[in-house]
Amino acid sequence: MSSQSAPASRGFVHRRRRGAELALLLLSLAVGIGAYLAVGLGVDGTVPVDLLTYGAWLALLVIACHVVIRLVAPYADPVLLPVVSSLNGLGLAVIHRIDLANEAKGSGFGPFAGTQLTWMTLGAGLFVAVLLLLRDHRRLQSLTYTAGLAAIVLLLMPLVPGLGRTINGSRIWIGVGPFSFQPGEVAKVLLVVAFAGYLVVHRDALALAGRRFLFVDLPRGRDLGPIVAMWLISLGILVFQRDLGSSLLFFGLFLVMLYIATERPGWLVVGGALFVGGAYAGWLALSHVQARVAAWLDPFGSDVDAYQLVQGLYGMAWGGLVGRGLGQGRPDITPLSWSDFIVTAIGEELGLTGVMAVILLYGILVERALRTALICRDNFGKLMAAGLGVVVALQVFVVIGGVTRLIPLTGLTTPFLSQGGSSLIANWVIVALLVRISDQARRPPPQLLSSDDDDADATQVVRMR
Amino acid sequence: MNKPIRTMAVVCLTLFLALLLNVTYVQYWQAESLSSLSEHPDNVRVRDAEFSRERGSILVRGQAVAESVPSDDAYQFQRQYPRPLQFAHLAGFFSRDSGLGGVEASQNSILSGSDSRLFGYRVVDLADNEQPRGGSVTLTIDPAAQRAAYEGLAALGDDVQGAVVALEPSTGKVLAMVSSPRFDPNRLSSHDFSAASDYRNQLLDAPRRPLDNRAIEEALPPGSVFKLVTAAAALESGDYEPDTQVDGRASLDLPQTSTTLPNLGGGSCGGDTVSLTRALEVSCNVAFGSIGLDLGAEALREQSQKFGFDTRTFEDLDDALTRQAVSTIGDPDEPQTALSAIGQSNVVATPLQMAMVAAGIANDGVVRRPYLVDEILSPKLETLERTDPEDMPDQPAMSPENARDLREMMVSVVDNGTGTTAQIDGVDVGGKTGTAQSAPDRPPYAWFVSFAPADTPSVAVAVLVQDAGVERNQISGSGLAAPIARAVMQAVIG
Repeated sequence: MSSQSAPASRGFVHRRRRGAELALLLLSLAVGIGAYLAVGLGVDGTVPVDLLTYGAWLALLVIACHVVIRLVAPYADPVLLPVVSSLNGLGLAVIHRIDLANEAKGSGFGPFAGTQLTWMTLGAGLFVAVLLLLRDHRRLQSLTYTAGLAAIVLLLMPLVPGLGRTINGSRIWIGVGPFSFQPGEVAKVLLVVAFAGYLVVHRDALALAGRRFLFVDLPRGRDLGPIVAMWLISLGILVFQRDLGSSLLFFGLFLVMLYIATERPGWLVVGGALFVGGAYAGWLALSHVQARVAAWLDPFGSDVDAYQLVQGLYGMAWGGLVGRGLGQGRPDITPLSWSDFIVTAIGEELGLTGVMAVILLYGILVERALRTALICRDNFGKLMAAGLGVVVALQVFVVIGGVTRLIPLTGLTTPFLSQGGSSLIANWVIVALLVRISDQARRPPPQLLSSDDDDADATQVVRMR
Repeated sequence: MNKPIRTMAVVCLTLFLALLLNVTYVQYWQAESLSSLSEHPDNVRVRDAEFSRERGSILVRGQAVAESVPSDDAYQFQRQYPRPLQFAHLAGFFSRDSGLGGVEASQNSILSGSDSRLFGYRVVDLADNEQPRGGSVTLTIDPAAQRAAYEGLAALGDDVQGAVVALEPSTGKVLAMVSSPRFDPNRLSSHDFSAASDYRNQLLDAPRRPLDNRAIEEALPPGSVFKLVTAAAALESGDYEPDTQVDGRASLDLPQTSTTLPNLGGGSCGGDTVSLTRALEVSCNVAFGSIGLDLGAEALREQSQKFGFDTRTFEDLDDALTRQAVSTIGDPDEPQTALSAIGQSNVVATPLQMAMVAAGIANDGVVRRPYLVDEILSPKLETLERTDPEDMPDQPAMSPENARDLREMMVSVVDNGTGTTAQIDGVDVGGKTGTAQSAPDRPPYAWFVSFAPADTPSVAVAVLVQDAGVERNQISGSGLAAPIARAVMQAVIG
């Protein structure tokens, strides 16, 4: 079973579209730099003194990425980088805005924007490095078990005494000196690689055996091993690291990739049952899960501690349809508004319009990833692109759904927006991988093959007149 | 593998759609309620913005009882209450840390200017680059009646627990509503926030609960004033006329029990049988107890419901802190029915409810829905909306003829019976006293309900004095409550 699926449509050749990418990038820079300018005008009433240097740095970063794409991935999807650039630029501006508010009231938090820009620089650097060093994504398939092992080590690191740190109640951080790092974010990328590599090899065994029950093909008992293992790991994260969000994310990711690899909805049934069971057991046994659910059901109840959630909702309501304007609201009232709750800060200052724009940007990103998966010629690439797309979708859903009270609140970062280095660089790597896979997928098939195909087609044409 | 990828694309689309719908719900549909201080007093963003904005006034006959004046501290405006004690429970308070009360809360969207009815003015203020201002509201209160009611209760002492309600029978307008003990809204709304919250805690800890508006929050046994409802039910049944002879003996055997129901004082009501009018004049327990047994609990319940029992009738003071009490006759068994008919047992009623009974009798049997907010005014004091009087459901409560008969019976209570202390020179007054027993070891409550002038009543009053701190044998409806009702009626009639 190797990678030999036919291209999606014979004869159709994707154009490079690098010019379109550049135009979109300029637009995204207008969003990022414009937002920074608006923050300065909104808070101080003056143009920020460092607007030019800041804008130039931002432009330099994304243009550099663009040039590298032109050189080593000329057929890459042209929408991916501009989406990321606008999200990242907007995030920086909002974090800067909350920095100013925190500074004004002397809360002792921050400033975060400077380090965030450093992390973005690092992220863009990793983006370039991935594109330069990884010319063909299929080489990652040889790293299946290495990646899996590395992911597990990373996930366990926060539990090592002396190394792990507990921040805001979750033990998902490691600290070395003054730096703290969230290894789970990196593990997320490695897990996608590991799952894709494992599933592409074992998909037949997982797909073919099984029995039919109530119109659904259920897998054999002996094939349940991997899913049970992943379920236990996720539960372990929930219990020992008290991290509801990551636990949900990893298990959901595995489940979806398993379903895509085997094409059998039965896995979703089994996995969904395991998830419901695990979630219910977690709710019964873990007080922090109970607290989250209680806050979700009745955030305004008198005996519920939902201050953060409620303040986020107040902020969003205060913003209304078009928002207070950058620098005109009070997003700093909501705790962690520069991190998990950054969407509520956007909702407050840029309104429903701004939040919808952000959600749509994520939607576009996910859609491009899944499209890449559809047209990708090899199964490993398909699985990886779909996995990367789904992991972003799940994370966005869990965190935005959480802070807007669609689902119980779980701690996760908002990709590209939230303050936090680990998350930012991991997401830049995700996009680099997507760019690489999409370049492979959109590149015209080798010339020799296609001319053969043309001949073969020609001989089959029957002319009627 | 393309099929599951497409499926996942649809799943992701659904997830994002759910996010979009949910944020639309929060920021569009739910936004108004989340940004309403009366619903969410802890919303700091809205609170601080409203504290910095010129809030509309609460007006009584053109005079402000709550107004915003410029302030030079952290917030641009300070809320002031020119007649704080008289209007404490009506105007309410506007406090940073203790929330809102009274009309300040129930009409907050108008006063703060966020109401959709003020949308046009907001746009104009924005275009003129002015701070948006709030609209004002006018209360139905008659300031003379309010002062009379306040002074009448205050004369009994600062700690007296009681309430006065006056209604205009033909419309349902609240002409006066006073509760005692009271609080100072200026202290609660002070910008010295620690002093304000100390005061709030002191009010919350006070055993006599000065924050409660007893006119609507306290439902107590109405005692003999409930005999009006029993009398109305009797007349409506068709079996009774004002001169029908009823049981006037010294005590009534309660069915299924060995106990008897005596009259107050133990004597007869003036003979073995007396007329219904005489029975009301002397507040004859035996007579009304036996009428109650004759009519049955269901007839009493129906009659009481037509007067407004078992419903929350009054909406103008609904806020997060007010727990409006519902008046009800409970669920009496047969012997209890006799007690219910004289306003004891499980019967409880608010002063507002008893004022509605008097107003219904005064208004030819039609009970009007009571209301306090008369007009809603724009920031430029143009009338945006005026409340129209409306009937309570299930009207009339009694026929005009029966209402006239009952009015005459009540006039003779004041002329010849227990209510002589409510007499006004040159005006026919109808009334009924009540002295209700709560528990043997606690002092009784004094009630009085009345209306005047008797031919075309322009005011109906209910007075409750719950605990005046006087000797037990001095507590009576005629002694404590009737003089206050008389002063309020005089103030309205002028």
